[in-house]
Amino acid sequence: MTSLRDRAAIIGIGHTEFSKHLGKTEHRVACEAIAAAIADAGLTPNDIDGIVRYDIETNTELAIIYSLGIPHLRFFAGVTSGGGAVCGTIVLAAMAVATGQANNVVCFRARNRGKRSTSGPGKFGGGRPWEKTPQLLTDAYQYHIPFGLVTPAQEMAMIYRRHMHEYGTTTEHFGMVAVALRAHAARNPNAVMRAPIALADHQGSRWIAEPLRLLDCCLETDGACAVVVTSVERARDSRQPPAYILAAAQAEGPIHIQLADYFAHRQEETGGRAVSNQIYAMAGIEPTDIDAAMFYDHFSPAVLLSLEDYGFCAPGESGAFVAAGNIAWPSGSVPVNTHGGSLSEAFIHGYNHILEGVRQIRGTSTCQVQDAELVLVTSSNTDPTGAIVLRR
Amino acid sequence: MSAVQTGIPVPVPNPDNQGFWDSCRQHELRLQRCLSCGAWRHQPRPMCPECHSLDYEWARASGRGTVYTFTVVHGPTLPVFQERAPYNVVVVRLAEGPYMVSNLIDCPVEDIRIGMSVEVVFDDVSETVSLPKFRAVK
Repeated sequence: MTSLRDRAAIIGIGHTEFSKHLGKTEHRVACEAIAAAIADAGLTPNDIDGIVRYDIETNTELAIIYSLGIPHLRFFAGVTSGGGAVCGTIVLAAMAVATGQANNVVCFRARNRGKRSTSGPGKFGGGRPWEKTPQLLTDAYQYHIPFGLVTPAQEMAMIYRRHMHEYGTTTEHFGMVAVALRAHAARNPNAVMRAPIALADHQGSRWIAEPLRLLDCCLETDGACAVVVTSVERARDSRQPPAYILAAAQAEGPIHIQLADYFAHRQEETGGRAVSNQIYAMAGIEPTDIDAAMFYDHFSPAVLLSLEDYGFCAPGESGAFVAAGNIAWPSGSVPVNTHGGSLSEAFIHGYNHILEGVRQIRGTSTCQVQDAELVLVTSSNTDPTGAIVLRR
Repeated sequence: MSAVQTGIPVPVPNPDNQGFWDSCRQHELRLQRCLSCGAWRHQPRPMCPECHSLDYEWARASGRGTVYTFTVVHGPTLPVFQERAPYNVVVVRLAEGPYMVSNLIDCPVEDIRIGMSVEVVFDDVSETVSLPKFRAVK
């Protein structure tokens, strides 16, 4: 049976400066990141014949080829969802290069989410989607926004409260994730938030939507990230050491509204659990083989649920797993978000996590896991979602 | 419960969910129930996910349920809701099985517990829209 296993590789990565306010349009930051990724790969825009983006991305393929002067696209696609899209872009790009639909595919996310960039109509583009809620609700929003359930933090708070109820998880466990990721960011010059924090800082930060506090929430960042995906055959001649895509998969289901599986009876039914089974089967590996994990972390407890979904600990045991130091670089059994993640490096809708996964494979992370051979990167683990395993 | 609350984003019913919002307006909780296999469902949708029948009725639900999970919102949130923060949002598991996002009324946020028994009440938020909300059953 044909598989995506070892058919493609990431050979270029690029990103902009990350900041609360860059004063640049989303079109501009996309161009900067994509040009950097193409240059990193040792290619030129003439070599690019595919583009994959999030379907909510404001930069269309046309906008990108118009600015970068890409002469001829053969493949273009968008992936459903926001945080659920991340690794799905790599799935599509890998499929395209494996089947000859394209030779070199750019995948990217550009976003101005900083408050100063996004208030009002905004000449810089971007914005918090929930701030643009219309007065008349014609879609599934009508079943929760009229009750004041509006933002991602509020939606996800529902899932995390249920996890606390079922398993005895505490907000201190949430805080341990935030503290560990900030310690990673402290070593990363690209990170927006580098001042170390203690558990007391987390516990003292203000409530956003209980049980989530301010320091459980990702940053709101201006910036963009991009990668170049090519076939394994082409990757052998690449300028940079390739990060081979050992496995890549998407999953959705069974039922969800927005970010939260309100209607799923148990968290075990998340798309994250399904895609976990798919990628380990494709890769032929076990969770204990993974050297570092880049988990989608819009909120700190998303790391807890991901540790369970991806089999690093049993359901309900993620709090104790984190308390034992397992996610902290360099001593943890599976260092998580070694760049600082969305909580402390930048919130580029999870795309900076793919770049950090590639750095770990190349050996260039500021929190480098020694001899890292296998790195897991995930999309938001409530469905729709996706994940990839990168190898040296 | 009858004060008109202006500024809340409100649903625009369509042919697939008109029966739900119409029943709320009449202060009755009605959910879709499959005429082929009898399965209850919410949120409304055109096809039964159990047996794929397109035939359904808007069946009167008991209005009883338990709190499955909840949050207490401090903000940021939309301005119309921010002025009442901190406020609760709950997920109720209805006696018939489906889940529903709502609010608990007349309940201090510190008294909300997962598993508590609740019953439906209706909140007229505009000239044409009533929302199903819940209160604790003593």
